[in-house]
Amino acid sequence: MSSDPVVGVDLSARRSPVDPEAEVLVRAVDVSKKFASYHRRATSLKERLVRRPRGVADTFWALRGVSVDVRRGETVGLMGPNGSGKSTLLKVLSGILRPNEGSVLTVGRVASLLELGAGFDGELTGRENIYLNSALLGVPRAETDARFNEIVEFSELGEFIEFPVKTYSSGMYVRLGFSVAVHVDPDILIVDEVLAVGDAAFQRKCLDRIEMFQRQGKTILFVSHSAGLIEELCTRAVLLDHGQVIFDGLPRHAVARLNHVLGVDRAATSDSELASVSDLRIVDPASRLPIDEYQCGSSILVLATIEWKQSLEQLAKVSLHFNTASQSAVIEVAPRWHEVPVDEVRRGRTEVEWLIEELPDLPGDFTLNLGVYTLEILIAHGRLDNLRLRGASQRVAPGALRLTRVEPGTP
Amino acid sequence: MNLRSRTGSPQTRLRSQLIVQLVRKDLKVKYQGSTLGFLWSLANPLLLMVVYTFVFAIVFRSRVPFFGLFLLTGMLIWNFFTMGVSGAATSILANAGLVKKVPFAHESLPLASIGFAGAQVLLQYIVLIVGFIAVGMTPLRPELLLLVPATLVAVIATVGLGLFVAASTVRLRDTQHILEVGLFAWMWLTPIIYPATLVHTVLGSGLASWLYYLNPMAGVVTAFQRGLYGVVYYPGTTELLLPSDSWGFYLQTLGLGLVVASAFLVLGVWQFRRLSADFAEAL
Repeated sequence: MSSDPVVGVDLSARRSPVDPEAEVLVRAVDVSKKFASYHRRATSLKERLVRRPRGVADTFWALRGVSVDVRRGETVGLMGPNGSGKSTLLKVLSGILRPNEGSVLTVGRVASLLELGAGFDGELTGRENIYLNSALLGVPRAETDARFNEIVEFSELGEFIEFPVKTYSSGMYVRLGFSVAVHVDPDILIVDEVLAVGDAAFQRKCLDRIEMFQRQGKTILFVSHSAGLIEELCTRAVLLDHGQVIFDGLPRHAVARLNHVLGVDRAATSDSELASVSDLRIVDPASRLPIDEYQCGSSILVLATIEWKQSLEQLAKVSLHFNTASQSAVIEVAPRWHEVPVDEVRRGRTEVEWLIEELPDLPGDFTLNLGVYTLEILIAHGRLDNLRLRGASQRVAPGALRLTRVEPGTP
Repeated sequence: MNLRSRTGSPQTRLRSQLIVQLVRKDLKVKYQGSTLGFLWSLANPLLLMVVYTFVFAIVFRSRVPFFGLFLLTGMLIWNFFTMGVSGAATSILANAGLVKKVPFAHESLPLASIGFAGAQVLLQYIVLIVGFIAVGMTPLRPELLLLVPATLVAVIATVGLGLFVAASTVRLRDTQHILEVGLFAWMWLTPIIYPATLVHTVLGSGLASWLYYLNPMAGVVTAFQRGLYGVVYYPGTTELLLPSDSWGFYLQTLGLGLVVASAFLVLGVWQFRRLSADFAEAL
């Protein structure tokens, strides 16, 4: 059985390269983006007045000299390991972040979907959020009125559209987010890792919608970890590593190159000379016995050992993700980017016991990934494959029904 | 930089639609689930009226007739200013998630906070006018037209200062606290609780008085008092309660206020433009 809904769909007809003379709609020239360390930035008056600025700021270059042109009608996939600068590049291209060096030009209406349902307000109903979110994405009210029914139908929310979104399940939330987003009708669609939402049928619908965009000659730029998705959808792929473009060309070549960079084709755990993850396993939090079946909403304990092969100069961060079988990150486990202080990342071992209080409400097949980062660079990761989350479908609402038979002739 | 122009009429229309949506959201979120709903927004000014009337009309024996109505006339437009500016100050921080994930015209956020304050104050004024009619002081007089330029000056000052503090707070979180203290002092420098004539008595009618009206809200509040409250002389005397009977005085102070408020606006827009491109990073 195929756990990846993309596999087995014939999309090859669209993959012909775009006319190289087509108009450039997105142009990034020598874009560099620098982040100052969060801890070092003075945001209070006292800090500004009292602390002398240090000679060397704690900075990190998320992008270095990135140049990309995207022409009308192209579908460009952005790939790269975690922390390679993909999301930063999308934010710079969307105009959310300003590059420190270089320039960005976009022509036409841009819709950026960096997070589904960003801007939803839990207190408002689905209907009200559709209007609010559309306004945020720059859709005139008249257009939203005209497409309203289509959006609701696409989201499959039915009656729930009149309920506050705080009552929605996570699946319903992302369905509504995607439905609004795909009805924006932009010239350029910028999408960050949001296609891996909902169940397979909904993913299929989202992909159909993307295909429709492609047939209409729209320009699409998206980040995905899914090699399958990139190969099937994209006319071109750009591979980033450490903030630099290391490959720009045919999707299947980019995928091969990425697998090499990630080393995912070699082993279930990757080692670097800095650290390694071993003994990653899942147990029942109470009994500490292995679990055979994972129920949505139940609680599990993730155990692992991180071995620090040498002392790091910077603190390390660990993160735990559920990825789909095609490696798209779907759910991050709190606390996000947990920090390991610098005095604990010296030679030796750290035992990890990560309690997931409630498995997410997204039934399906997942891979669990534990990543160890320093300076946003992945230095070690552990992976558990074939994790199947079982759960009830969220399509059924509690209700009560009473039928009263009325015989003919009764008043 | 992006070629996407943020000016021009379609964009302006889109932005005003966004602001309307945001104001609607704020109103709904604020009053949803409370049975009295919007009536709550009347509670605060009514309570202030009762307290200040007790202190000034009863304890200090102020000779201002219907002191509560006099007070509210100035207090409400002041509330618009202070609620608008304080709301704007935290608007970017409160919507950090949005600013970091969605590209949109950031000025919509402080402008929506100001619109939210405006919607509430507008309804409060309607209730106040009903109050005036109830005590037989129907504010139907030509000077009521002063409300038009006065409101304009108040809006320009609020938007100007609001944009300035909205952007500054992202950079320097202390701005909120400085603002809180500053607005409190500012309120007492505005003739809301006392009639402006008392200031004229102390400062004379020369340059010193004009310095007082460098505060644009001073001109706005006196113009509102002339237009809505309208009791120019203490009852039965020729002693001025409001600074002047003629239009000229109010138009001059509003003119001065307009100049200062416009300076706020220029400064606010400058500061906002300068800093807004880095909001997503600074949050």
